[in-house]
Amino acid sequence: MARLGMVIDTRKCVGCMDCVVACQTENDVPHGYCRDWITTEVRGTFPNLTMEIRSERCNHCDNPPCVYCCPTGASHVEPLGKTVQVTSNRCIGCKACLAACPYGARFVNPKGYADKCTFCLHRVKEGKDPACVSVCPTHCMHFGDLDDPKSAVSVLLATRTWHTLLPEAGTRPRVFYLT
Amino acid sequence: MLELTTTRHNPLVDPSLHVWGWEIPVYLFVGGIVAGMMIIAGIAMLRLAKGEDPRGFFSVQTPLLGFMLLNVGMLALLLDLAHKLYVWAVYLTLEPLSPMSWGSWVLLVVYGVLLVSALIRLPDAWPWLGARVPALARVSDWLLARPALIRALAWVNIVLGVMLGVYTGILLNTMVARPLWNTTILPVLFLVSGLSAAAAMMHLATRIFPGRPAPKGLVGGALAAMVQNLGPQPPEKRTGDALVRADIGFLAVELLLIGILVIGLLSSTASHAAAAELVLGGPYTLVFWGGVVAVGILVPLVLQWLELGHRIPHTVLPAVLVLAGGFALRWVMVNAGQASQIVQAAGLH
Ligand code: SF4
Ligand code: SF4
Repeated sequence: MARLGMVIDTRKCVGCMDCVVACQTENDVPHGYCRDWITTEVRGTFPNLTMEIRSERCNHCDNPPCVYCCPTGASHVEPLGKTVQVTSNRCIGCKACLAACPYGARFVNPKGYADKCTFCLHRVKEGKDPACVSVCPTHCMHFGDLDDPKSAVSVLLATRTWHTLLPEAGTRPRVFYLT
Repeated sequence: MLELTTTRHNPLVDPSLHVWGWEIPVYLFVGGIVAGMMIIAGIAMLRLAKGEDPRGFFSVQTPLLGFMLLNVGMLALLLDLAHKLYVWAVYLTLEPLSPMSWGSWVLLVVYGVLLVSALIRLPDAWPWLGARVPALARVSDWLLARPALIRALAWVNIVLGVMLGVYTGILLNTMVARPLWNTTILPVLFLVSGLSAAAAMMHLATRIFPGRPAPKGLVGGALAAMVQNLGPQPPEKRTGDALVRADIGFLAVELLLIGILVIGLLSSTASHAAAAELVLGGPYTLVFWGGVVAVGILVPLVLQWLELGHRIPHTVLPAVLVLAGGFALRWVMVNAGQASQIVQAAGLH
């Protein structure tokens, strides 16, 4: 079975937030909340500055603390693509997963359950890319099976330099940023 | 320089990331007291099984008081849940990796054990109920005639008390994302702080109308059943002194554990050291050193030591301070813990 992941080219991303709006529309994300967001990171000392713009979301971690801490099994690893999902009618809204995620990827939906990026599993089932990937005007996002060495994502990871977010948290994130 | 324009991991920047408010510190505090009371009651029940201390306040009323306190804690816990109507989902599964899951099962067993333990002397402790439900007297006699059963119940109380006392600390401890919590000292600290708060709570309870006959009515009788010693005399002086002595021990160990906690954080990774800064000059410094350490530990430690040496009269002040400090500890840990996060490496990727 596939192990789905995302590869995002920070050299192409301009931070237009199309991915954020596409996600909110596609997934009916309640007003004022977001499942993906843009982070701008500036490093260095003037005039030697570097900037990285990133579209961030749940990393569908291989070692997901949010799944381990969940008392009901509502947060779980879905067999489809080994993605991390929340079953809303099993969630008690204890917020342990919000505290456990080092990326702030989760929020409490106003209806009471924990909510976050699903990698648009409903679209993946129809053979489509997640909404954010499909709308990106710079085509900086790629989505596919990390276990398939011939997939676009695997080829990019094999040929370019990349990093993940907070690798020191030991979560083994599956959203990769090309540099 | 490293400048991030959004780190979503901050409830001040993004209120939707707010996790736990006042409810969880209240639950952790009350749960800790109940855990400590179960351990102390268990020890008292071992004495009861040996035929000593038949009036035994601790073995008799403590489980009832614990039961009522636990209700308060569980109410706070329920208030915290954002998806309350689905709370039953906790009891559809046992997730071994989730301390919250096995803790919920422990809580269920704790309820049962507290009830059975309260039954040992319930008709004597609460005559109003005893007169109306004669079966209670039969249950009580049946239990009292079986020291082996009481001994077993005592050990169940002690073991469950320890589990209840440590599970909340383990729960926080497992969260890598929150460096302040990732210390193995936390479960032990919560257990010892629960024990000292329990000793203080019981000390306070024994001093509410000591030596007066128990109120007979429904409400007064129920209250007295939880907090008043059986019979017309106040609890023996040595019982009170034993509590004070035990509390001095607990407070001293707690002080040591807090020292180890801070040193452990400071000598660990950059993220852990940054977490320690929250209580070393950061926004939680005053509550931590002033509230938890000074008011909650040092002052009652000195007062109780002077009381034992008969240099000052016994008062309830140290008990009140210990309880306040116990709550402050949970409050600081829950709030500062949520504010702590993994610090990014400053170098380039
Ligand atoms: S990014 Fe956060 S919510 Fe997503 S799988 Fe990892 S720990 Fe869980
Ligand atoms: S908030 Fe819901 S999904 Fe998250 S840990 Fe609690 S029960 Fe699980």
